[in-house]
Amino acid sequence: MSVKQISVFLENKPGSLLKMTQALAAHQIDMRAFSLAETSDFGIARLLVDDVIATSTVLSDAGFVSSLTPVVAVEVPDVPGGLNQVLESLAEDGVNVEYMYAFVGKGAGAYMVFRVADTYRATATLTARGIKLVDQEQLEQL
Amino acid sequence: MERYYQPEIETASPEQIKAWQDEKLVKQVRHVWDCVPYYRKLMEEKGLTPNDIKGRDDLHKLPFLSKYDLREAYPYGLMGAPLKDCVRIQSTSGTTGKRVVAFYTQHDIDLWEDCCARAITAAGGTNEDVCQISYGYGLFTGGPGLNGGSHKVGCLTIPTSSGNTERQIMFIMDLSATILCCTPSYAAYLGETMKEMGLTPDQIPLKAGIFGAEAWSEEMRQSIQETLGIKAYDIYGLTELSGPGVAFECSAQNGMHINEDHFIAEIIDPETGEVLPDGTQGELVFTSLDKEAFPLLRYRTRDVCVLSHEKCSCGRTHVKMCKPRGRTDDMLIIRGVNVFPSQIETVLLNQGYPANYQIIVDRVNNTDTLDVQVEMTPEMFTDNLGEITSRQRELVDGLRSMLGLTAKVTLVAPKSITRSEGKAVRVIDRRKI
Repeated sequence: MSVKQISVFLENKPGSLLKMTQALAAHQIDMRAFSLAETSDFGIARLLVDDVIATSTVLSDAGFVSSLTPVVAVEVPDVPGGLNQVLESLAEDGVNVEYMYAFVGKGAGAYMVFRVADTYRATATLTARGIKLVDQEQLEQL
Repeated sequence: MERYYQPEIETASPEQIKAWQDEKLVKQVRHVWDCVPYYRKLMEEKGLTPNDIKGRDDLHKLPFLSKYDLREAYPYGLMGAPLKDCVRIQSTSGTTGKRVVAFYTQHDIDLWEDCCARAITAAGGTNEDVCQISYGYGLFTGGPGLNGGSHKVGCLTIPTSSGNTERQIMFIMDLSATILCCTPSYAAYLGETMKEMGLTPDQIPLKAGIFGAEAWSEEMRQSIQETLGIKAYDIYGLTELSGPGVAFECSAQNGMHINEDHFIAEIIDPETGEVLPDGTQGELVFTSLDKEAFPLLRYRTRDVCVLSHEKCSCGRTHVKMCKPRGRTDDMLIIRGVNVFPSQIETVLLNQGYPANYQIIVDRVNNTDTLDVQVEMTPEMFTDNLGEITSRQRELVDGLRSMLGLTAKVTLVAPKSITRSEGKAVRVIDRRKI
């Protein structure tokens, strides 16, 4: 059970992020989560959105290069040790985390997004430990 | 077996070629003296009359012509035939801001088309072939020149002109086109598109391609040959001299035979103008031998080149020129190192980058900087920052070993590098020297 993340290539210069958000805003795209990785001359924006297909089209029409990546979205218990428990499960099963970021839903839930080398394995491990995963349909409702 | 369009000319002995050139040069100089006051004045300034030119050995005495003269004499100043005899003009794209207009009589067009027919025949073309001309038609010489050559050979000619890739591919597939004529970058693009459509080289009916009008590397040839499953041949020409077909590649695929019955080629030192011996790199200079409407004597091409009289396996005896190695006016000197943009292109293509790039040269704290900007493509892009930066480093290393210089590589947004119709702006030199 994974969700689709959209990764977008951005030049690291004034206004390039704005150009992307303008395109998304103009088409009423609702972002669930957003994170940015950058070097001195370019960056990668990573998004979870309500409508993946519409977003890909909007971005490509606006001249952006983007790609879809499966990531694992986990509902993390909002208590001390909540994230720790998730990471323990992954570590025990030898799943390497390439990067991760967090977001909160419109309700009370806190969520972590994991990019892992082996999405299938991570999903199986977490589910077996009773950790709640979010699928694409649920994501759209969050 | 090697085929020739005009075997008696293309395989003539060096002595025969020299005899033709001697005779034709004397006539051409006389024609220019009589009909082109602009050049007559240049000759007079050197104290020359047509009587001083008795053959090829006297060629070096004549003054040079350059793009500057073409601009000065624009539009009619170098026309060598009365208007009533001229039937056509062709013109360059004028990317350097200097539009060149060349004139043709019917005789000139015939000779030009013969040259293109030789090129098509050398690429294996016969009257059994279907030849698709995807060069632009119009003022640009590519379309009209190859079109004429294709008719002369007797190919079934498909005049698609440039653009509309879907239609190009439809014609290639539906009509089983066997020869493709276009710019090498368009050939590469057609190849990539056909590959994306799932067409494999053995499904593509093409067997040969004649690609010119822009610089391309040996690596690019290999890649086009593989994706299209063809033999790719280079062709050389300038609007000033007629158009494509001044020189063309044969089955040996290692240099282009110059049509020496129509043109004399010289290599000169671009600084001193001195003629250099065979095998030496220098600027390529052409003299037309039997043009009526636009005869040019000792025209400086700015192309850096080497000539070779070595015997060719194809049996043609006309001198061969290498692919132009750059231009005397686009060679960059960066931190004292000579850099040709074509070298940078070679590295980019080797590493799977698209041919859309821009080279920005600047001077910061008295040191030259070289920034190679490459457009991000969907193929290169991944959500993994590390992968992208390590590919960037590989490119920096590749450029260092090719140029002996450390360049900065910047990945930029798709389509952010300006495209002009036709030739792209490759180099921006911001240095104030």
